[in-house]
Formats: sequence, C-alpha cells, structure tokens
Amino acid sequence: MNKHINNVTSETTDLSRRSFLVGTAATGLVLGYAGVPGIGEALAAPSNFEPSVWYAIAPDGLVTVTCGKADMGQHIASTMAQIVAEELGAKWSDMRVALASNDPKFNDPVLGAQITGGSWSTMMNFDAMSRAGAAGRMALMEGAAAAMGVPASELAVRDSMIVHPKSKKQMSFADIVKRGKATKTFTPDELKAIKLKTPDQYTMIGVSVPQLDIPSKTNGTAKYGIDVMLPGMAYGAVVTPPVRFGATVKSVDDSGARKVPGFIKAVTLDDKTGTTSGWVVAVASTYANAKKAAQALKIAYDGGPNAKLSSQSLLDEAKRLQKLDDSGQFFVKDGDPSAAFGSAAKVLEAEYTTSINIHAPMEPMNATAEFKGDILHIYSGNQFATRSGAIAAGAAGIDPKFVVMHQMWLGGGFGRRLDADMMIPAVQAAKAIGKPVKVIYTRENDMTMDFSRPLTYQKVKAGVDGDGKLVALSHDVVSAWPTARWGIPDFLTPSVDKKGPLDSFTVNGADFFYTVPNHHVRAIKNELAHNATPSGQLRSVAPGWTFWAVESMIDEIAAATGKDPALFRIALLDGKGKNDGGAQRLRNTLLAAMGLSGYGTRQLPKGEGMELPASRRRNAQPRAGRPASPMSRWPHRAR
Amino acid sequence: MPTLTINGRSLSVDAANDTPLLWAIREQLQMTGTKFGCGAGLCGACTVHVNGEAVRSCQTMVGDVAGKKITTIEGLSAKGDHPLQKAWIAEQVPQCGYCQSGQIMQAASLLAKNPNPTKDEVVAHMDGNLCRCMTYSRIQKAIMRAASEMRTASASGNERRPT
Repeated sequence: MNKHINNVTSETTDLSRRSFLVGTAATGLVLGYAGVPGIGEALAAPSNFEPSVWYAIAPDGLVTVTCGKADMGQHIASTMAQIVAEELGAKWSDMRVALASNDPKFNDPVLGAQITGGSWSTMMNFDAMSRAGAAGRMALMEGAAAAMGVPASELAVRDSMIVHPKSKKQMSFADIVKRGKATKTFTPDELKAIKLKTPDQYTMIGVSVPQLDIPSKTNGTAKYGIDVMLPGMAYGAVVTPPVRFGATVKSVDDSGARKVPGFIKAVTLDDKTGTTSGWVVAVASTYANAKKAAQALKIAYDGGPNAKLSSQSLLDEAKRLQKLDDSGQFFVKDGDPSAAFGSAAKVLEAEYTTSINIHAPMEPMNATAEFKGDILHIYSGNQFATRSGAIAAGAAGIDPKFVVMHQMWLGGGFGRRLDADMMIPAVQAAKAIGKPVKVIYTRENDMTMDFSRPLTYQKVKAGVDGDGKLVALSHDVVSAWPTARWGIPDFLTPSVDKKGPLDSFTVNGADFFYTVPNHHVRAIKNELAHNATPSGQLRSVAPGWTFWAVESMIDEIAAATGKDPALFRIALLDGKGKNDGGAQRLRNTLLAAMGLSGYGTRQLPKGEGMELPASRRRNAQPRAGRPASPMSRWPHRAR
Repeated sequence: MPTLTINGRSLSVDAANDTPLLWAIREQLQMTGTKFGCGAGLCGACTVHVNGEAVRSCQTMVGDVAGKKITTIEGLSAKGDHPLQKAWIAEQVPQCGYCQSGQIMQAASLLAKNPNPTKDEVVAHMDGNLCRCMTYSRIQKAIMRAASEMRTASASGNERRPT
C-alpha cells in the first residue's frame, strides 16, 4: 500500500518526462500518466501501479476515475469522470470516482502540485483528462480489432461498446479488459498528437449528468475526514488560547483531566511550522471524554505581542499605511492619477472596509494521524495536499516524502481546507501516545481559529473631467496577505513597480475591464494584521472586497455626474487598449442583462431598485508555464 | 453499560449516561452518517429520530434514550430508497453533502405526520437545519416531490410505514 512512496522523487513531478501508460493487469486495465522511472515496474506488475493513475477499467467494465482535486461539493470528481468518459466513449452509468492520495503522480498537470481553488480545476485538467480518455479508447480499439480480426479504423465506440458495423460484431469494454490484451504505451509526443473531439462532436460535455457522489450523500455512506475510524484510535480535543496567534503556553495543570475516565494525555504543541501557537490537545479514549478532559485542563498563557490588539487597531494601522506614499507595491500603474486629479472637474473619495470573515464549513476541522513504520498517514479532507503534507511532516519532524495524505470528501471547503493546522495536533498527539489520534475541533475552535478572510481597508479616489468622463482612479488595498503566508514564491505576483512580489489574491478584480486612462492599484500589506490574524482565501477571494469597492465607486461617480449607472458602465467598457476581449464580453453581458431585465423600461414599486454591477474576475492564477515544483522544494515552514 | 434500540437492533454502548447520543452512535456503533456540526443544537447536522420525533443527537444524552426507538440515516430505509432519498437523488440536492443526513431525517419526521405539507410548512419544519452550500431550494423541491410520491404510493395501496 505504501509502495508509491518509492516514487516520491523530483523526477516523477517533472511534466516533461511524463509518459502515458496503458497496460492490463489481473485487476483490469489501468490508464494514466506515470513517471518514466515507474513504467518498467508498472509493466512488470501493473497491479502494483494501482491507484497511481487517472483511471482504471475493471473486468466488470466499471471505469473508476481517480480525482486529484478536493471535492467539497463542487462535484469536481464527477466533472473529471465526465471529461474522461467523453473521449473514452464510456457509458455514464459505468463511471465511478475515487479520491487521490498526495502521490505526486496525481499532481495537477498544469500546476505541478495538488491544490484545489481559484476555479482552476476544470480548465487546468481538461486537456490531460481528455487525452487520458482518448488514449484509453485507442488502446481498447486496438485490443478489439485484434480480437475481432478487423481493422481498428472500421470500429466505432459508444456507451462502453466497441462495434464493427460491417460484420455486426461487437465487444464491450469489459470483454476486452477480461481478455487482457489491451496494452499500449504513448510517448508524450504521441499523446500530444492525439486528435481530440471538437465541441460539435461532444455527447457528454455540456450535458447535465447525475453526479456520482450524490447517492452516497443521501444514505450516510460518504466518508468525510471526521468519519475515519482506525483500530486502536484515540481522540483529541484542542484547547486554544484566548489570542488568535502569538500566545505561548506557560504551564498546564492536568490534575482535573486525570479524573476524567479514559483520559490519556495532554500534549502541548511544539509547532515549528508556525501554523499554530499556544495550543494544547487533550487526548482520551473517546471524543466526549477528550472534550471533558480539555475543559478540565488549567492552562496559563503568555498572551504574546498580539494580546492587546483588536479589529480597531488593525484598521488604524491600515489607515496609517495607506497614507504613506511609499507603502506597498503597484498591481496596476497606468498613467498618472495624481496629475489627473489636479486638472479634474470633480474628485470623489471613498473608503471601504470589510471585517474579518469566517469560513465555517459544516464539517468542523479534523484530521486523523497514524504512524506506521516509517510512514505518517494523514486522513483529512484537504484542498492543498502538497503543502499540507509538508506541514504534517514538519509537525512530525520527518521528510515530507514519508507522509501519505488520504483524501476524503470535504464537508465544505470555501478555502478553509487549504490550511493544515488541524494536522498538527493530530500528528503530535499520535506521536506522543504511540497510537492513531483523530482530532476534531469544536465549533468554537473552528470559529475562533479560522484562517479568516482578512480585514481590509480600501481607499478609492476618482477624477472626472468636465464631460463627466472618468479620467483617473487610484485604488489602495490594505490587508493581511493570505498567500504570502504560504511561503511559496510561485503563488505571488511580481509588482509592476518592481518592488518585489505582491499577493494578487488581495487585489484581483481591481484590475477591471473599464477603460480609465490614469489608473493605479496599490497592494499594501498590513504586517500587524498579517502576524496577528493569520488569514486565508475565502471563496472568490479578493473580488469579495475589490468588486464591492469598485462597483460602489462607479455608482457614486454616476450619481455625482447625473448619469445612468448602467449606461455609464457601458461607456467605460469600450474595450480599448489592454482591455480588449474581456471588456467586449462584459459589455455584451451587461447589455443582455439590461434587455432581459427590462432595465430602464419598467416602473418599479416605491422602495425597489435594480442593480447591475458588472465586474468580472480575471482568472487569477500562479505564474504560468513554470515547471512543476519538486516536493522537496515545498517549505516546511509556512510563514 | 446502556443499551440502545437503534435501527431495529439492540446494541450496548460503552458510554456514560451523560454522553451525547451523537458520539455514541458515531464512535461506539461506528455509524458515521449522523454528523457533528456544532455540538450546540444550532445546525441540525446530527438529527436522528427518537420514537419518530426528529431530535438533535448532540443535545440528547445516552441515558435519556435507553429503551426508546432510535433511527439514524442508516436505518431510514433498507436500501437507501426512502422516497426522500430517491427525491434527493432526483433533484440532485447534495453538494458537499455534510448536512444532508440531518436534512433528510428532519424532513422524514415531517412527512411521517403530514403527507401533504404546504411550502410554508416545509420551510417552517426545516428552518433549524443549516446548509452552508445553500441547497435549500433543492431541499424544498425534493421534499415536495417525495411527499407527492408517497401520496401516490399510498393511494395505490403500496403504503410505506413511517419510521
């Protein structure tokens, strides 16, 4: 089961050295990308290769797609199956899904890591899954052609059947797999050369299909991280300090906890990953007892440097930073707004603040850790297996290549499960007591120790000329930088003023499609907030605050200049310069929405209005075209 | 050691009387379809039936339900084919799915008593069950669909007993 550990080398993550394997095994036909070093082994004993591949076809004809993405209710596993099924020619009712481990061979083919977010999954996996499906179909057709004694070119594939119309012969995928003759290897060039279907040939893509995970979510059988049960397992309840980050434990008195039946141990976390601070985990034979023991612990804290801070202090600091000319880095730097304000007919200013915002997935944070020989097994639903595995390793003091992450269904993600804090108490408790430990946060832990959407402060200044035309906009965004916390340079964005990388996940959306000749966007890191309130990505991330500020300001300007807010936007979406394609699409969308809603033609009842904000998120993503990062380069320390 | 009558079976659990039923079900009996969401009776993810009533198992102590008839999502139907479960699939209700066992159990207690609820009655009955994915509109549709199918089945003499 741990065999794939041998393949955790930098070679296997290098996309350029990937090949495609089609082979048959006693268990069925397995298809997928594999690191070149693994192929020989796989051909010799393909059954060992499972599940290190994108999909497998069993002798009964069931096609199981292994999804390398976290499924948190967006049904991405079914989407991957749908893409494979389209090119493979499989019947939808034959499709099944499984969730991938953190083996690098399941890394995202574009990102070179396992991370789920940003609405990237379909876009970045579509080509790879399509080619995997097509290659499987070709291998099956060759096998069928040989068995039928007809040319493969005369065969047609549909609904898991391969038919030879001339002779009326047909074979099912199951028949071919049972014969064990479908074996074919594709080089990367051959894979690339496969002619995929064109959209007019699609029969599956674009069709709404029953999602494969849904039946298991109506009868209680879907397994989430919190449902993992291991033999001999103990349970951990965490006690978190009154300060979000920076507190330390001075002493723990467990005399009360010792009276709780089943109490095993109170473990003070020694977190060198910088993810948690001042946490204690009470371990007991059941979770109910662990919670009782946690409540009975008497812990003395040193509150640390952030003990006296409040939301107000973070906001005050944000305002101070915004006023400084040399704060932050530029995300957009077009023209000279300051000069334009000087000659503008009208200048408007506005401040926008958003509070800390909690993810609160329905499934409280949890993780189960088990040391087995040299291997640390982590069971948890997580959106960032690559980094979280490294954090778990850091908590255990071992090399990340010895960590196996077992992915589970996520009871909600929303960005919360990009983080790995829940693994640290599980790992250190399991290590301390020599047994597997499942740690479950109480709802109170979950709410107070969130890696929240950061508190943001935005200052927007707009200049309008004598014709009411928007000629200048300066937009400062001050916040903690959630992505900087990851410590992974590839996820940061170079600033346009070359003052070092910035966290574009705090300013995305401020680079809108409106044409404004003088436009500055400054990303300013609120270091105080960054350290005191470790932040995370929540759903759409920056557009949660940038769209709001931009669209509110556009309305303010329209009102101040006596213009219709929708028509004012249409005029700004002229698609000039760098805003070419996007602006035209958005303009068309807005015009269509105005037409469909009867904007401007309907008399609305008193107290009702119509709102047409028009922002669109550019697809924010890590720097494109970078080679896949070897696991060894991923940081143990995340701050 | 308390004995629980759960899904038609008598099972003894190694848990103190003041243990929440939720944890006895999940850990002792390893029936994990019933979920922990808040531990405070605020979200409904842990909903089970006690003598046919929907209750929050995180707020129900083991000692209080000895001898009573407990039903969890695992025991709602023999093959996951309760009309509500079928309707949940037909309407493609779940997203992350974590709250859905509780939603289904809450809805089942309504339909057992009221086979023809209005939309307002459905909303009022389901009000305490949270869904972070916001599947509420599909939940409502699925309940109306299941109610309709149960009435049809009842009219054709193919009545199923409420749990």
